[in-house]
Amino acid sequence: MQSETLSPSRLTHLQRLEAESIHIMREVAAEAERPVMMYSIGKDSAVMLHLAAKAFFPSRPPFPLLHVDTTWKFQAMYEMRAKMAEKLGMELIVHKNPEAEARGINPFDHGSALHTDMWKTEGLKQALEMNGFDAAFGGARRDEEKSRAKERVFSFRSANQRWDPKSQRPELWKLYNSRKAPGESIRVFPISNWTELDIWQYIHLEKIPIVPLYFAALRPVVERDGTLIMVDDDRMRLNPGEVPQMRKVRFRTLGCYPLSGAVESEAETLTAVIQEMLLTTTSERQGRMIDHDQAASMEKKKQEGYF
Amino acid sequence: MSVQTYGNTDLIAEDIEGYLVQHQHKSLLRFITCGSVDDGKSTLIGRLLYDSKMIFEDQMAALEADSKKVGTQGDDIDFALLVDGLAAEREQGITIDVAYRFFSTDRRKFIVADTPGHEQYTRNMVTGASTADLAVILIDARKGVLTQTRRHSFLVSLLGIPQVVLAVNKMDLVGWDQAIFDQIVADYRQFAAEIGLKDILAIPISGLKGDNIATASDQTPWYDGPTLMTHLETVEIGEDRMRTMPFRMPVQWVNRPNLDFRGFSGLISSGRVAPGDQIRVLPSGRTSTISRIVTLDGDLEEAVAGQSVTLTLEDEVDISRGDVIAVSDHPPEVADQFEINLVWMSEERLFPGRPYWMKIGAKLVSAQVTEIKHKVNVNTLEHLAGKALELNEIAVCNLSLDQAIPFEAYEADKDLGGFILIDRISNATVAAGMIKFALRRSSNIHWQATDVDKAARAAAKSQTGRVIWLTGLSGAGKSTIANLVEKRLHALGRHTYLLDGDNVRHGLNRDLGFTEEDRVENIRRVAEVSKLMVDAGLIVLTAFISPFRSERRMAREILSDGEFIEVYVQTPLAVAESRDVKGLYKKARAGELKNFTGVDSPYEEPENPELIVDTTTLSAVDAAERIVEWLESQG
Repeated sequence: MQSETLSPSRLTHLQRLEAESIHIMREVAAEAERPVMMYSIGKDSAVMLHLAAKAFFPSRPPFPLLHVDTTWKFQAMYEMRAKMAEKLGMELIVHKNPEAEARGINPFDHGSALHTDMWKTEGLKQALEMNGFDAAFGGARRDEEKSRAKERVFSFRSANQRWDPKSQRPELWKLYNSRKAPGESIRVFPISNWTELDIWQYIHLEKIPIVPLYFAALRPVVERDGTLIMVDDDRMRLNPGEVPQMRKVRFRTLGCYPLSGAVESEAETLTAVIQEMLLTTTSERQGRMIDHDQAASMEKKKQEGYF
Repeated sequence: MSVQTYGNTDLIAEDIEGYLVQHQHKSLLRFITCGSVDDGKSTLIGRLLYDSKMIFEDQMAALEADSKKVGTQGDDIDFALLVDGLAAEREQGITIDVAYRFFSTDRRKFIVADTPGHEQYTRNMVTGASTADLAVILIDARKGVLTQTRRHSFLVSLLGIPQVVLAVNKMDLVGWDQAIFDQIVADYRQFAAEIGLKDILAIPISGLKGDNIATASDQTPWYDGPTLMTHLETVEIGEDRMRTMPFRMPVQWVNRPNLDFRGFSGLISSGRVAPGDQIRVLPSGRTSTISRIVTLDGDLEEAVAGQSVTLTLEDEVDISRGDVIAVSDHPPEVADQFEINLVWMSEERLFPGRPYWMKIGAKLVSAQVTEIKHKVNVNTLEHLAGKALELNEIAVCNLSLDQAIPFEAYEADKDLGGFILIDRISNATVAAGMIKFALRRSSNIHWQATDVDKAARAAAKSQTGRVIWLTGLSGAGKSTIANLVEKRLHALGRHTYLLDGDNVRHGLNRDLGFTEEDRVENIRRVAEVSKLMVDAGLIVLTAFISPFRSERRMAREILSDGEFIEVYVQTPLAVAESRDVKGLYKKARAGELKNFTGVDSPYEEPENPELIVDTTTLSAVDAAERIVEWLESQG
């Protein structure tokens, strides 16, 4: 955003958001003993990496990246992960829950709830504990879901990683209190105040690389209960008589491929994606199937330690 | 007037690039809504989201279903359901936390802090208000200005929110009666003037029906002001004002990728900065020149308030996290005692005298409230006396820090004048504070940094500057021992100076007597003189009774770690009295000398002195030798 910052008459909303996120990242780097950045390979993560590079330049970000792997991500995501870690020269820690691996937990036999709980919720707790991380950056935004509108930027977790909505600290001005007892940790959300449109505009403006799955292309999909699921590898279980069809689709959110719904789209470029997003009439998280499991599900998952 | 939407859909469809360019230049306004459940606050926010097309079809479908199931508006849509987030709140039907909502029009992006209205949630409102440029204060047209309206307005004024919108809601329920509106506005303006709120716009609205929210109402031909949305889109943003102030940047992080680069990273809190600018670092007072403004996108020619940057300087200056880099000829004041406004946010009470962590800017210091001057009743604004503060109470207090910090009055600069207090045991954020002013006149005097510093002066003498602080009863032998120590050190080639109690009282402290007050001042001056001498690189010997622990601790604290060597010259009172070299004990016993230590004034023994010399077992020469040995062993 250099062109904007030369004698600016007024800062734009994106410049303000960028400065705020950088400020938050620096506070954590200065005060936490062992910070880590959670990396999910999605577009929000891409923005987080970009902001981290800006916050500490010319130093490298003073923390590693952590990917809690479920082994069920899209192949294109694994390719992006390898590329980004190399490009930024940051240490990348990949954690797979050994218990989930041993038991072969998958979305087909065990359902989305157990799959998510074992691989993501438990996997994340394990990775944080094993490495002794006391502060973990996440890319959650307040506009994603109602219960997140009240999430603090610094969210405290007890020694057993639980989130207690009643014991969260007030956040005034630009002051964040990161003091904690041994064993306690914080989740930090530097892009809390960004909306989906802000994220897209920033990716556009800063030319940030994202996984190609966000752009429309012909992909093999099956339709189940009105949701388009991409057949990303041969582990995909097809129902009797079910034949993958090539359809022009893209993804609005990325996760485990059997749990990510695609949308039919013609948007092959970033501007076309933004255009489609602006003209669309359904909200972002609809493609993400874990939210539909039960009412107030995100709040419940958060209390259990899933973010 | 047309409805302002999320975006100009024609432009999006026809010229997405053009649309993006337009939207890159949007500004950001943060505001807070104040009011109670009954005032229709959630409904108003839901309406703003709805009218700016921030609600998607699936959310709308869920909203319609919820409205029928748990809504309070019959078959109509209950907009309040859009914004009440946590499950517990839905059940209780009240908002119990601060929730942040986002919406955006062609001109601006908005962040709304939605906070509860009840008195028991004062802390939540203060939190939401701390970052707001504008406050929307809701009034139920049927009820007029209430106690809670006054409370909200007081908090808005306390937190320094410059702009106020008085939204007189539910006008549909009073038949859009202009007389009612005018009366409410007149009542409110009278009260607002008392608490210093000036910039007020009153708008008659109906959140439920949408009148004067995004669309001008045809029910109010008598109102010719802007709709709420239009006003929010065009009102001046308070933060822009910060750019016209002198340059300041609290240093968050020292950026050292390698030995050749040393940068200072932070968010510029006020003013503007460019390479070549003369700067001063606070609290050290050192000066230098800006060399570069470094960013990933290349060096900048100028940076302004609100930007996160990394600065490099022409000179090697010692700067750490928490220091403030400021324009050289207009630096912030530095002080360690303040009058403040305090909002107590913890269930555990505040007690004056208890130390808390204070976070201000990027600085963490130890602080204690020394006095609660008065509490403020948030409903009546009455001043009340108080010895402690309970949850949600607000008071004017004196605050004392363990070190001087650069600051600004909160009124002028929220970043350098607003702070939080943190409990040292639970680590909870227990209070929000706002600096009113520094309590000492000395706050305007900056420590003049010199190019030859303490370390350089000490190095030239091949020694480490220190204070050997001898304490003990009169007649214990302090002066004798100190004199012997100085002779030995001098023989070893050390540069020393002996400050003797009696000698100092002949000059520097000639005006002081022996009351408790004067003895405290006597020691304070000696400590300050010692500090200057240590700064000169000298080894200082002091021989004073210095009977009070708190003054010796004060002397220890104004010096750096390891510079203060407390030596307890231990002699039982009976032994000292039997020596009575100057005949003082005799006079004191006869009542001719008042406040004599050991006789009618106490001596507080040191608790953890670096050294104890017992004069009942050691001769003065041996005691001096022991002190010199100890000193030499420390290097």
